[in-house]
Amino acid sequence: MRPVAVVGVGKTPFGAFPDLDIRSLAVQAGERCLANAHLQPSLIESFYLGNFAGPAFVGQNHLAPYVSTALGIQGVPATRVEAACASSGSAFFHAWTEVAAGVYDLVMVVGVEKMTSQPTARVTEILASAGDLTGEIRAGSTFASLFAMIARRHMYVFGTKREHLAAVAVKNHAAGALNPDAHMRKPITLEQALAGKPIADPLNLYDCSLISDGAAAVILAPLERASELTDKPVRVLGIGQASDYVALDQKEDITTFPAVCRAASTAYRMAGVTPEEIEFAELHDCFTIAEIIASEDLGFVKRGCGGPYAMEGHSSLTGGRPINASGGLKSKGHPVGATGVGQIYDLVQQIRGEAGPRQVARHSLGLAENLGGSGATCVVSILGAA
Amino acid sequence: MRTGTVYTETVIHLAAEAFASEVPFQTAIVALDGGGRVTGRILGDRVTIGDRVAEVEVRNGVPFFRKAQTV
Repeated sequence: MRPVAVVGVGKTPFGAFPDLDIRSLAVQAGERCLANAHLQPSLIESFYLGNFAGPAFVGQNHLAPYVSTALGIQGVPATRVEAACASSGSAFFHAWTEVAAGVYDLVMVVGVEKMTSQPTARVTEILASAGDLTGEIRAGSTFASLFAMIARRHMYVFGTKREHLAAVAVKNHAAGALNPDAHMRKPITLEQALAGKPIADPLNLYDCSLISDGAAAVILAPLERASELTDKPVRVLGIGQASDYVALDQKEDITTFPAVCRAASTAYRMAGVTPEEIEFAELHDCFTIAEIIASEDLGFVKRGCGGPYAMEGHSSLTGGRPINASGGLKSKGHPVGATGVGQIYDLVQQIRGEAGPRQVARHSLGLAENLGGSGATCVVSILGAA
Repeated sequence: MRTGTVYTETVIHLAAEAFASEVPFQTAIVALDGGGRVTGRILGDRVTIGDRVAEVEVRNGVPFFRKAQTV
C-alpha cells in the first residue's frame, strides 16, 4: 500500500443558492480544487462523486459523468457513491483505496447536494429514505426523531442533560460565526439553544443541522508525487469505513455507533496514533447528540461523558481538543452529499494553517468522522502534515 | 396482542409530508416480551422509557401501542 496525500482542495460556500443548480455547485468546487492543486482536468485519472439524493432532490441521475465532463475530465472512470450522509466520505475512502493500491495516481472526489429547492416536509421525506422504509419510517419516523430517540436513551442511561445538547449547538455556532463559508454565521446563547422550536423531543430546532446547498472537492495523489504538485501536501495517515444496521430498532445498543468504533479502530491502527494524540476533529453533528456520542466512540472521552465534555469547553475553539472549528454541520451547513469531503477540506485548511480566525492552536493531526443515516455507514479519516 | 417495554421514545413535531397532518404524535422502540424490538406508534397517554405497553392494532404494517393498565 502506498502512502497517499491530499494535493488540492476546493469548495463552495454552504447555504441556500437558488441560482446554482447541482452541476454548477459541483463544478465550482471542482474548478477551485483543480486550481488549488495547479492541475489541468485532463490529468485526472479517476473521478468519484459523493451524492446522497440528487435524483430525488433535483431529478437528475447519472451524476458522476454529468459533473466530471462539465469539469473537462474526459473518458476516465466516473463513479457515484451513495451512503446517505456519508456519501462523500465513502467516495473519499474509495478514491484513497485506488491511489493506495497503485491503480491510479491522480484521483478527484467531489461531494455535492442541492437541497433547498424542495420544501422542508419534502426534504424530511427524502432524508427519511436513508432509514428503513418497511419499519421505522412507515411508523412516521424522521431522522430528527431517530436521533431524538438516541438522545432519550443516552439521557436515561448516562444522565446526559438537555443543557449538554444545547452546549454543542452554542459551541458550533460560535465557531461557525468565524467561517466565511458557513451557512448560518450567527452565535447563539444557551438560553436560545434551549428555547428552540420543538422538532422531535428532546431535540429542538437548534439541535438540528441545516438544510443546505453546497459542494466540496479534493484531489488525492501518492505521497511521493505530492511535493511536485503542492508546497503544502497533507498526508492521509489512516482511514476506515464500516457499516451497521440501517434500522435503529435492530441495533443492540443505540447509545453507541458500532460503525464509528470500527472505522475509528481501523484508522487509528493504520495511522499508528491513539485517540489522545488527535489534536482537533471535525465530527458529524447532524444532531447535537451525534457529536456527543461520536466524541465517546472515538475515544476522546469515556462513554457517557460526551455531554459534560462539550459543556466544560474542552472541545471549543480554544479548548484542549477543538471539535468542529468549522462550525460543523450545525452552523457551517449540511449539504448531505458534500459533508464528508467538506470535513476533509476543513482538516486540510487547519493543517495548512489557512483557517484564519478559527485556526486551532495545535493543527498537525486532525480527524474527520462522517456518519450515514442513524449509524449504518461511518468513515473516519486521520490527516496530518506530510 | 403483543406486549412489551418502552426502550426509547420521542414526540414528533415536524413530520415528513405523509404524516404532517398528524403532528404531534409519539413513536417508540418497544422491546417485545417475546424478544426483539419494533418501532411503533403510541396511542393515548404519552409513555416514557421503561413503561409497559400493549399492542392495540396494526395498520399498514405499523404496530400501534397503548400504555398498559397496571393492576
